[in-house]
Amino acid sequence: MRMNKGIIHISACLMLATGNVVADEFTQADLDRWQNEYMTVMDKGERLFHGGLGNQNTVSCDQCHPNATNTHPETYPKFQQQLGKVAVLGEMINWCIMNPLQSKALALDSDEMIALQAYIHYERRNVKLAPGKH
Amino acid sequence: MNKRIDRRSFLKRSSGLLAAASLPLSLIEIAFGKGSTDNFTFAYLSDSHITHIKGNKFVHNWDRGLIRAVAEANLMDPKPDFVFYGGDIAQLGKPEEIDHGLEILSGLTPNVHYVMGEHDYYVDLGEYWKKRLGPDYYGFDHKGVHFIVLNSILTYEAWMHGKWDSGMQRMLQMARLDNPQGSPFMVGDRQREWLKKDLEKVSRETPIVVFSHSPLQKIYKGWNFWTEDAEQIQALLKPFSKVTVIYGHVHQIQYNQIGNISFNSAMATAWPWPYPSTYKQTDSLLPKLTVEMNRADPFFERDATGWQFINIHSGNVELHYLLPNNRNRIVAFDAEAGAPVDAKHQKMAKRTAAQTHY
Repeated sequence: MRMNKGIIHISACLMLATGNVVADEFTQADLDRWQNEYMTVMDKGERLFHGGLGNQNTVSCDQCHPNATNTHPETYPKFQQQLGKVAVLGEMINWCIMNPLQSKALALDSDEMIALQAYIHYERRNVKLAPGKH
Repeated sequence: MNKRIDRRSFLKRSSGLLAAASLPLSLIEIAFGKGSTDNFTFAYLSDSHITHIKGNKFVHNWDRGLIRAVAEANLMDPKPDFVFYGGDIAQLGKPEEIDHGLEILSGLTPNVHYVMGEHDYYVDLGEYWKKRLGPDYYGFDHKGVHFIVLNSILTYEAWMHGKWDSGMQRMLQMARLDNPQGSPFMVGDRQREWLKKDLEKVSRETPIVVFSHSPLQKIYKGWNFWTEDAEQIQALLKPFSKVTVIYGHVHQIQYNQIGNISFNSAMATAWPWPYPSTYKQTDSLLPKLTVEMNRADPFFERDATGWQFINIHSGNVELHYLLPNNRNRIVAFDAEAGAPVDAKHQKMAKRTAAQTHY
C-alpha cells in the first residue's frame, strides 16, 4: 500500500514537472535547456582544464593536452598497463592531477571531475567509440 | 636504474657521435666531406619552460629536463663548438624564471646562442630577456656556414598593444597554446628587411642554417605551429642552394621540404605535444613527409622530450633522434628524393603501432 502511494506520488511529480501526460514527449525548449545545462558544465570543465584547478605548482592540463588532444576519451574503459587494470577516464585524469599537477585526486563523482570529462568529451565529439583501444 | 647505469657506462665507453646518441639534446655536425678540417658540431636544446611557483620553488619536472640536458651536453665528445638554445627558457617570461633557467644553462661549457620564444617575450615584450642575452635577431659565420637567428614569435601590433590590462595578462593569453583569443606568430617587416640585407653578403653556395622558435612554415594556426609571413621568408632564402631551418616550439618530431629548404624541428626538454592532426574538430597541415614520434608514455617523466643529434653533410641535415624508452630514429636528407626521409620508418608498412596517433 505504501509502495503504491509512492508510485502515484512520483507520477504526479513527473506530470507537474513536464506538463505532459505522456512522459516520452519533449519539446525544442526541453532540448535547448538540456544542451544549455551540458554546455554550462562543459564551459566549467574548460576553465578547470586551463589552469582552474587551483593546484599549487600551476601546471595545467592544457599544457600537455591542447584542446584535450591525446586524452582519447572514446577508448575508455581500457587496460591501462601502468595501473595494471582496466581503468575509466577519471582514473587517468586523477593520475595527471596527482603527478604532473602535484595535487590531490578528485572524487570520481565530484562536480569538478564531471566538468573535466564534459570538456574532454566535447573536444572529441563525433569520434567513434573504441573501448579498449590503444 | 639499470638503464641509467647503462647509459653512463655507454657514454664512458663510446666516443664521437656515438656518445651523443644518448644525449638529451640535438648535436649538430656540419660536415664538408671526408678529411675536411672544417667539420664541426654544435648542440641544440630547446623549450624548457622553467616555471616559478613562489619564493625558491620551481616546477620540479621542467627543471629536471634542463638540468639533465646540460649535464649530458658537457659529456659530449667531440665537444660541440657552441650550443643553440631554441627558445622558451621560461613559462611566463618572469625574471625569476629566466634567471633560474640561465643559472642552469650556465653549467654548459661551450658558448651558447639564444633564440627568443613567445614564453620569454610577452610579459614585457622581451625586455628582460634582451637585457640578459642581447639582440633577438642576428647572423654570424662559423667555419663556412652562415647562421641566422630570427625572432619569429612577434605578432600584430594591435594584439600586442592596447588589448590587455597588463603584460602578465598578455603573457597568459599567449602562453595558452589552444587559445582562441591568441594571435599568429610572425617575423615582421623590420627583420625581413634586415634578413634581405644580411643575405646580400652571402654567396649562393654557402650553406645557410636558420634558427627560429616557430616553424617558418604553416602547419596549424590554432596552436601557432605557424608563422604568418613564412612564404615571404622562404622567398628570401630561395636563391641559396642549401638551406636548413631548425625550429623549436612544437615539442615533437617534424620534418618537411619546401623547394630548396629543409625543415627540421627539435624536441623540448620539458614535455611533448600531441600532433595537431589529432585534434578532430579542425584541419591541420602536418607535412605528409613526417613519420610521427611514438606516442608519449606519461608515466615516464622524461618520455618524448628532446633526445637527438644532427649531422649536416655538405649543408643537408641528418637528424638522429635519441629517444629514451623508444627506439632511436634517423631522419636524413635524401638527395634522390630531394627531401628528408626516415631511414627506417618512411614506408607505411615499416611504421610501428606506437607511431600511430589518432
